[in-house]
Amino acid sequence: MKVRIFVTYKQSVFDPQGETIKDAIHTLGHEEVEAVTVGKFFDVTFADGASDVETSVKQIADQLLVNFNMETYDYQVMGD
Amino acid sequence: MKQAMTPEEIKAQKPYLDWSLSEREYNYIADTLLHRLPNYTETGLYSAMWSEHCSYKKSKPVLRLFPNKNARVLQGPGEGAGVVDIDDGQAVVFKAESHNHPSTVEPYQGAATGVGGILRDIFSMGARPIASLDSLHFGELSDPKMRMKVQNTVKGIGDYGNCMGIPTVAGETTFDPCYSGNLLVNAMSVGLMDQDQLQKGVANGVGNAVMYVGAKTGRDGIHGATFASADFSDEHATQRSAVQVGDPFMEKLLMEACLKLIQEHPDWLVGIQDMGAAGIVSSSAEMATEGGAGMELNLDLVPQREPNMSAYEIMLSESQERMLLCVVKGHEADVQKIFEDFDLAAVVIGRITDGHDYVLHHDGQVVCNIPVTTLTEDVLEEESEEREPARLAAARQAAAWLPEITDAGATLRQLLAQSTVADKSIFFEQYDSMVQTATVVGPGSDAGVLRVRGTKKGLAMTTDGNGRFVYLDPEIGGKLAVAEAAANIVASGAQPLAITDCLNYGDPTDPEIFWELHHSVLGMAAACRAFDTPVISGNVSLYNENNGQAIHPTPMIGMVGLIRDLAHVIPMAAQHAGDLVYLIGHTGNDFAGSELQKMLTGEISGALNDFDLAATAATQRQLLAAMEAGHVASAHDLAEGGLGVALAEALFKTDLGFKLGLKDMPAAQLFAESPARFIVTVPASHQMAFEAALGTAARQIGEVTASHWLQATLKDGQLNENVATLQTTWEEAIPCQLKSKA
Amino acid sequence: MKIAVIVFPGSNCDRDLFNAVNDLGGVAEFVSHRATSLAGYSAVLIPGGFSYGDYLRAGAIARFAPVMTEVIRLAKAGYPVFGTCNGFQILTEAGLLPGALKQNLSQRFVCKTVALEVTNNRTPFTSHYQAHQRIDLPIAHADGCFFADQETLDRLEDNGQVAFRYAGENPNGSLNNIAGVTNAAGNVLGMMPHPERAVAAVLGNTNGQPLFESLFATLQEAH
Repeated sequence: MKVRIFVTYKQSVFDPQGETIKDAIHTLGHEEVEAVTVGKFFDVTFADGASDVETSVKQIADQLLVNFNMETYDYQVMGD
Repeated sequence: MKQAMTPEEIKAQKPYLDWSLSEREYNYIADTLLHRLPNYTETGLYSAMWSEHCSYKKSKPVLRLFPNKNARVLQGPGEGAGVVDIDDGQAVVFKAESHNHPSTVEPYQGAATGVGGILRDIFSMGARPIASLDSLHFGELSDPKMRMKVQNTVKGIGDYGNCMGIPTVAGETTFDPCYSGNLLVNAMSVGLMDQDQLQKGVANGVGNAVMYVGAKTGRDGIHGATFASADFSDEHATQRSAVQVGDPFMEKLLMEACLKLIQEHPDWLVGIQDMGAAGIVSSSAEMATEGGAGMELNLDLVPQREPNMSAYEIMLSESQERMLLCVVKGHEADVQKIFEDFDLAAVVIGRITDGHDYVLHHDGQVVCNIPVTTLTEDVLEEESEEREPARLAAARQAAAWLPEITDAGATLRQLLAQSTVADKSIFFEQYDSMVQTATVVGPGSDAGVLRVRGTKKGLAMTTDGNGRFVYLDPEIGGKLAVAEAAANIVASGAQPLAITDCLNYGDPTDPEIFWELHHSVLGMAAACRAFDTPVISGNVSLYNENNGQAIHPTPMIGMVGLIRDLAHVIPMAAQHAGDLVYLIGHTGNDFAGSELQKMLTGEISGALNDFDLAATAATQRQLLAAMEAGHVASAHDLAEGGLGVALAEALFKTDLGFKLGLKDMPAAQLFAESPARFIVTVPASHQMAFEAALGTAARQIGEVTASHWLQATLKDGQLNENVATLQTTWEEAIPCQLKSKA
Repeated sequence: MKIAVIVFPGSNCDRDLFNAVNDLGGVAEFVSHRATSLAGYSAVLIPGGFSYGDYLRAGAIARFAPVMTEVIRLAKAGYPVFGTCNGFQILTEAGLLPGALKQNLSQRFVCKTVALEVTNNRTPFTSHYQAHQRIDLPIAHADGCFFADQETLDRLEDNGQVAFRYAGENPNGSLNNIAGVTNAAGNVLGMMPHPERAVAAVLGNTNGQPLFESLFATLQEAH
């Protein structure tokens, strides 16, 4: 089973890359774009039959993938 | 694995033509070298090893013109890097390499892996890399796409070198439309070692192990070597996929492990070589040739990142961060243990054999069995046609271009904002220039200077390449390139030792381009003799073209110099009010190829005036002696933008000024680029001694003042500029262009 | 009184820290990231570089190295623990220091010499500086923008945990111009600038020397 974990800055944290990309999008003519957030995602593939995958995902995110001083995360079960 | 084609099909269908092996070469291999038809794998190996990139078959006759020995040279061209004696049992190791084609395709990875490759050449010799330099030539910054390429190239160089912990201490960045379709990214690395730890790329001793260490092999960069030897055109855009991806973290581990092995257990090791262009085949074949040995490899043992790779792909992959070792039989496990400590796998992939055959096994079959020297030494050298470019004769006939300058100050301000002249700190501040805590003089000066820990010595280093002059006159331009590098080294108080080069040219099958190569090498070789700076390493990059449009012929000179006592390192900037200002060298109407000509006319044209190499070298020796005797406070070499720009640069980041009398100099000559000139400041108390040392070569032109103004009385006017304003113009030009949204 | 310089895979200022300590009269030894004991060491220095390639986040993987258990033990026991650049990032990731280091506001790596103010000279690492002394030190980093939530920032300021502040240009966008912070107890210091690059006159800057001299004096007193 594959789980995609998304890590982004918390909303309160300034995201300079997102701002720069938003400016670039505006120069392309897409003035309607109001905000861009940059993050990263991790595709984590679990062995067939692994149990309690969501608990594992939370532990992996909490202990390694996310720095809660500035980041937050979400995840999505992608299936096989 | 089955071969993709039978030998007979290869002979009939000639797939090798697409791999840049000619029919004449194929027939020679089959009829004269092998007396049989080569199979698919063998044909692929030949086409890579016989490419210009690996064999130098076209450029070799020209490269022989370079001097490459003197009393200090311990290792000349032919190894990973050249090695020069710097006394006390120590040696400096250096080499430059071009990564133009990969950087043009993918500037970030191309530049990064360029740095990675040259660093491996240095540490494979047993030296710890202590500095990186670069020479970058881009199209104009007014093109938004070029701005992206510039920033990605700089980021690529920085990300790799910074992660490795190698300071980038000097370099050059220029801009000209001729590079817009084909960037030049040349990287140089300098290492330091004890002479008794010198390693070579050699493999011999029957039964000794061939070991593979570092990253796994994937399909990246297959045919990079032949790819680097063919020109770019849009119709081949789909072939531009041979991009290697760098992993500087892996390389850092690889470097530490290799240096530990070399320094602590040299007796376990026969030889070591980087897997560079044409990957396993070139490193293994070169090592076996050097050792006069045969070699048998089992490709199934090669660590692979992707499934189902063919023998041909495994052998030609240019995956980065890999090294090949020849290890004394019985020490395989010891070597493995060293690499394991750095979380790296070292794998025995073959053995040294009796005789001279190069045998490859894959999937239970022998896929290659050929005499090893047929890959390395039997390459057919090519005689190239050459013809003087028509533009040179025309330039000799035409009247020389003479600028009219009415406002010297305005011209100076405008020149300082030209991107080739303007402040490059927005680029070089992205490079860690201070790690290893040896950087005495960092980027932005004539040369970078490093201390040699535990001694009084220093090493000065620079890269220089001015394609404009070589374009206008290959031979004089070649001389100028070496003279300019030597001037940068001397200006920092160092004695020039030796050079490395990257010879960047267009398609050598064009007789005019081969003529450029040949004659610029003649000029460089003459200058190398005059300055006693042999060529100890380097590379050749041909086919730098885009849609048939060649770059300016741009040989890049990387030079290293020795400072005997760091107490006499000479800064570029003026030091004290009241010091006397001297101009060394003759100023004439040298405007052909100048930054001023480019700025005012939009192009370069005209013929160059020749200059006396022996006299230039003699003056440099006199200046160095005066520096070592403590008579010189600062020195700056004159380059793009001439005296005017050099004077301003010598005042930037100080609170000083100059008051100069140049009553016989017309304003225009402030910006002439006459060769072999310096501005030097001398404490008044050393006036007599300095003048005695330099004789008529130096002429006092004024003094350093406490007011921050650049003032000069000229033949036809006055220069009266606030230095702070000049500095702002110079500093803001490039950041401002990079921010531009148009 | 031996000082441990921890070497992670990818550390590249380890030799510089080692040389700075030894050149100034201290005794430094390299300690591998695999070490499971720091017994016998009086202080711990964590060097700059790119531990584990800075993959994931700068410092995020180094904190799982075996030696970090011991570093945390010593820090909690009050031993001086110092991290510069990547070492600072590791100490925040390990939770020994507050806040986090974000990518520079410019989104570029930056290497230059910057002006700093010694904000707190009552730490084991800064006692040989004058209060509010202006110094220049080199920086070289891509992720040096100090970030903490407002509550944490207020607490740091109130407790005097800000040891160094950028005094001229703020080169990376750090909140409150913070260049270096200590833990609440004051025995753990992290800073983005590199004092070990400023201890030799031949390189033109000795402003980093007092930091090492402060540490040596602290260790003398403790002894």
